[in-house]
Amino acid sequence: MNQTGTIPALAIRDLTKRFERVAVDRLDLEVRAGEFYALLGPNGAGKTTTLRMVAGLLAPDAGTISIFGIDARVDPIAAKRVTAWLSEEPMIYDKLTPLEYLAFVAGLWEVPPELAESRAHDLLGWLGMTAHAGERCEGFSKGMRQKVALAGALLHEPRLIILDEPLTGLDAASARQVKAALSARVKDGATVVMTTHILEVAERMADRIGIIAGGRLIAEGTLDALREQAGQVGGNLEDTFLALLADGSVTL
Amino acid sequence: MRPGSVLWFARSEGRLAWRDLIWLITAGERWRQRRVVIGVLIFVAFMHAIAWSLVGPYAEAARHPDKQLLVFVTGTALLSWSVMLAQAMETVTRGLYARADLDLILSSPAPARLCFAVRIAAMPVSIGLMTAIFVAPFIDVLAIRGGVHWLGAYAVVAGLALLAVALALLLTMLLFATVGPRHTRLASQIVAAVIGAAFVIVLQVAAIMSSGSLSRTAFLQAPGVVAVAPDPQSVVWIPARAILGEVQALAFVFLVGLVSFGLALLVFAHRFAEYATIAVAQHTAPPRQRQRGHQFQTAAPAVALRRKEWVLLARDPWLVSQSLMQLLYLLPPALLLWRSFGTGSMNAVLLLVPVLVMAAGQLAGGLAWLAVSGEDAPDLIATAPIPQGRVVRAKIEAVLGVILFIFAPFLLALVWIAPFGAAIATLFVAIAASTATAVQLWFRAQARRSYFRRRQTSSRIATFAEALSSVGWAATSGFAAHGSWIAIVPGMMTALVLVIVRTLSPVKTVGS
Repeated sequence: MNQTGTIPALAIRDLTKRFERVAVDRLDLEVRAGEFYALLGPNGAGKTTTLRMVAGLLAPDAGTISIFGIDARVDPIAAKRVTAWLSEEPMIYDKLTPLEYLAFVAGLWEVPPELAESRAHDLLGWLGMTAHAGERCEGFSKGMRQKVALAGALLHEPRLIILDEPLTGLDAASARQVKAALSARVKDGATVVMTTHILEVAERMADRIGIIAGGRLIAEGTLDALREQAGQVGGNLEDTFLALLADGSVTL
Repeated sequence: MRPGSVLWFARSEGRLAWRDLIWLITAGERWRQRRVVIGVLIFVAFMHAIAWSLVGPYAEAARHPDKQLLVFVTGTALLSWSVMLAQAMETVTRGLYARADLDLILSSPAPARLCFAVRIAAMPVSIGLMTAIFVAPFIDVLAIRGGVHWLGAYAVVAGLALLAVALALLLTMLLFATVGPRHTRLASQIVAAVIGAAFVIVLQVAAIMSSGSLSRTAFLQAPGVVAVAPDPQSVVWIPARAILGEVQALAFVFLVGLVSFGLALLVFAHRFAEYATIAVAQHTAPPRQRQRGHQFQTAAPAVALRRKEWVLLARDPWLVSQSLMQLLYLLPPALLLWRSFGTGSMNAVLLLVPVLVMAAGQLAGGLAWLAVSGEDAPDLIATAPIPQGRVVRAKIEAVLGVILFIFAPFLLALVWIAPFGAAIATLFVAIAASTATAVQLWFRAQARRSYFRRRQTSSRIATFAEALSSVGWAATSGFAAHGSWIAIVPGMMTALVLVIVRTLSPVKTVGS
């Protein structure tokens, strides 16, 4: 973990969102700057809804979201400048090449052209996409599309990277490249908040893990702390996760 | 019914097509079904009323057709058939490149050839039904006023649909074999656009050259044209005689269609399956490298957004073919404009004004949907540090930029010979394009660009508003270009329609 400051990268207070039922229920969550934070939970727990509200894709019903001290509800543009969002289903333009896509992203985040071009080539090289940089994305596999989307997310060097199931459906090699890219960003001082159903990834990569169920945070801490809470000392994250979910009353 | 048999495939395809049609009409909302039924009944009654006034007088004339009637019926039938052929090309191409359930069919032990044969057989049915919807009121009115023999025209529609699909299959297969799977879709769409527009354009060009007007009907009934037409006993008139109810001619036309389609089915069903497999493989194959420099040119979000929209519009093959068709329809007005430079005919020039206004409104509506609603990366745009209003503004600028690019040459040419008409045309092209764009903004609903064909289903009100405003502004500009105060009437009506539509729209602020 790389501590870069005392202001939390992400601070959520009393965050609430209701659709037909309550999806996120007065959620409090704090992610420190420079940490890799994994948000786990069963299907329908409210993980994606929470992260979509943080990314500015969904308006909360109540509560506050602070990104590096910026109130995301008061000044969403400033918050978005330092944030990146990547979802499970990479949304890119089929008719653009990766380089054209990255040039477009650079325009949206107002990254100076020379810097953007250099970063784009670096990112595509790093993700093993240089050979495909000039091809249109329409024939790309899920993994290739996800790597293009990730390059787009990292192009403006965000301080907070929010990822919703970024590894789902990727082959082993692509997943490794994405994980390596994220780890390197954290080493460089960025903060990553990621949801995943692949518990091994959370176990190996996350500094801290939060477990959410019914729209509320039911447990949070390092893997060892969670094991202790669940009474699963020496067990793996899967055992710990299931034990904590079974005992949803766990509070911190 | 044995699974994997022709009937089994036909039942499955029929069910899918029926549900698709219902979805297309109701947009998946069951509560809309009753409204749709009422709407269809009103439409049918309205069309029959129009048909009564238009073709009623011809009902009796058909018993002893003269050359003038034969020329007119043949010309009209050819017009309809060229549109049917264009639709058939479109349908065949779509069937060839549809990937929806291809993996399932090709990976199953069921004979794919049978499935494709059923799909091909469904094509003339859909083309025939689509045509029948529009010609049925005319046939019905003629049958009521002139006798049941007119109902034979339905068999002519079926025969022409069969012939159109047979020819479309032949053309598409030839294209696939010659230009390859990567380019066939675009080539076929362009060919379809050209076919769909060609006959209309040829007639209009002939009308301009002979009478200096855009009227196809006037040309088909012109004494000079009738004079050079073959004798009434000529075989050229067999399709016309079939439409007019002659049993032998009718049987001949239907049989020609049936035999042509049967042969095409026999020859191409297997190849269709083979080409569809190649088309899928091509889709997953890596495309060619496109090394282009200067992608990283700007750090301005609005410029980046506009450029992205223009690149995507230019790379959308379906849109390119549709735009090409609209541009082709502008060729006769362009010819009229060019001729007017020499003759100084002001009336002819002023005919152009509503044509341009109508075309601008229609084109802007489609482009605006693609730019505003057809966003393939909505999360990217929503998480970018740009106010939503600025995003919308950039997209509107992209749409209006295209309209300006296409219509500026016409408007500039018009300035040269009719400055007042040019001013009116410019004003109403801008108004028509802006209102069509505004309607798309008021009714925007995020969707993938590939849903463009089905954009009408998201809002019937938006569809009608877009069409009505284009027609309304075209009428207003036509009267205004002639300096008539009557222009106020369609202008006020169009404005009123737009105000009502605005109050019904779900999106109340541009930036929301």
